[in-house]
Amino acid sequence: MKRIMTCIECPQGCRLEIDADGSRVISVSGNKCKRGDKYARQEVQAPLRTLTTSVLTRGLELRMLPVRTSKPIPKGKLLEAMDAVKRLVVTSPVKAGSVVAENFLGLGADLVACRPLNKI
Amino acid sequence: MAAALAARAAGVEDVLLLERDQHLGGILNQCIHPGFGLHHFKEELTGPEYADRFVRLVKEDPAIEVSLRSFVVKLTGDRQLSFLRPGALEEVKARAVILATGCRERTREMIAIPGSRPAGVYPAGLAQKMVNMEGWIPGKEAVIVGSGDIGLIMARRMALEGVSVKAVVEIQKTSRGLVRNVVQCLEDYGIPLYFQHRISRIHGRDRVEKVDVVRVDDEFRDIPGSGFEISCDTVLVSVGLIPENELLEMAGAEMDKKTNTPASAEVNQTSLPGIFACGNAFKVYDLADSVTRDSELAGRAAAKYLGRL
Repeated sequence: MKRIMTCIECPQGCRLEIDADGSRVISVSGNKCKRGDKYARQEVQAPLRTLTTSVLTRGLELRMLPVRTSKPIPKGKLLEAMDAVKRLVVTSPVKAGSVVAENFLGLGADLVACRPLNKI
Repeated sequence: MAAALAARAAGVEDVLLLERDQHLGGILNQCIHPGFGLHHFKEELTGPEYADRFVRLVKEDPAIEVSLRSFVVKLTGDRQLSFLRPGALEEVKARAVILATGCRERTREMIAIPGSRPAGVYPAGLAQKMVNMEGWIPGKEAVIVGSGDIGLIMARRMALEGVSVKAVVEIQKTSRGLVRNVVQCLEDYGIPLYFQHRISRIHGRDRVEKVDVVRVDDEFRDIPGSGFEISCDTVLVSVGLIPENELLEMAGAEMDKKTNTPASAEVNQTSLPGIFACGNAFKVYDLADSVTRDSELAGRAAAKYLGRL
């Protein structure tokens, strides 16, 4: 079965043609780099997305701390992850890369801070 | 920051960096989505991470003096600057000035959407700051006007925050945003995108209640009988950016009135010697990485002007 998709790995947005048998990818074409091939295979098998959002803080310079998952998580888990993020409050100073929640939702990815924030 | 660092690398000895906000980084601080740095750092970063890379370099360099909460209120053609900072009005004379003042958003008024003036109509970038930095969700059901990157990214952001994003309405035949954003921001969340449609009226007394949408032809004329309504309490307007160049205008530089950018024969140059413009203040770019590259050129151009290169 042929599938057409747009690669979302970089701003070029290559048009990918994928020949797949169910979730088994036979060939990928149209990609201008290796990332496209990898993306297409992953997207057919189990789509992943990096979640970026912000978490409430208390006693820090900004009201919200921007965070991301340390690696992409299953696309179907994004809204569940957002619900869990809303229950978090960060109260200690962080640096960019500080872990805010370890092994978030048991998905094997940490939730990490995207910027430093100090106490007020 | 990129201009300051490039100027330093090219031999400029003393740099003053004036920032009106309480943090460095400008708009990057509210752009919490990934997609930054693929060119410059060869890895994908969020806006705050991208900014933080530069903040660290700036802080490491004692010859770059950073003055936060410093709002420049005056610039003259011979490079006299006046700026307000908490408790003081400072004056400084520079041998070269680089303006990295970025953009403002175009508003509902500038595209003349008729209707009442209820609460709930926001420029998309303002809504981005509210959601990402203040933690305020502007409404429950949203319609987005314009399919530029900010509109697309806010559609996804609002959907993630549990807002029902009912439509993105685009008057053109194609999106001005990146294809990847149409895919990962709209298709991922099942948000409909209406090309060749416009909002013909906003309804609501105190709060937005609904919008009228109509299809347009190739000359942007309404197609009779094609109208429909979408009920919503929020309208985000993402209809482009205007370079913020009032200081340059005040200093007497020749301006291109149509784009509000300096009339200039060469990249980063203005009609005033020793005054440069860079990034989105010089030209509205799609990518932050391009802004960085442009700003580095401006830093080197200023160094060359000062005879340091």
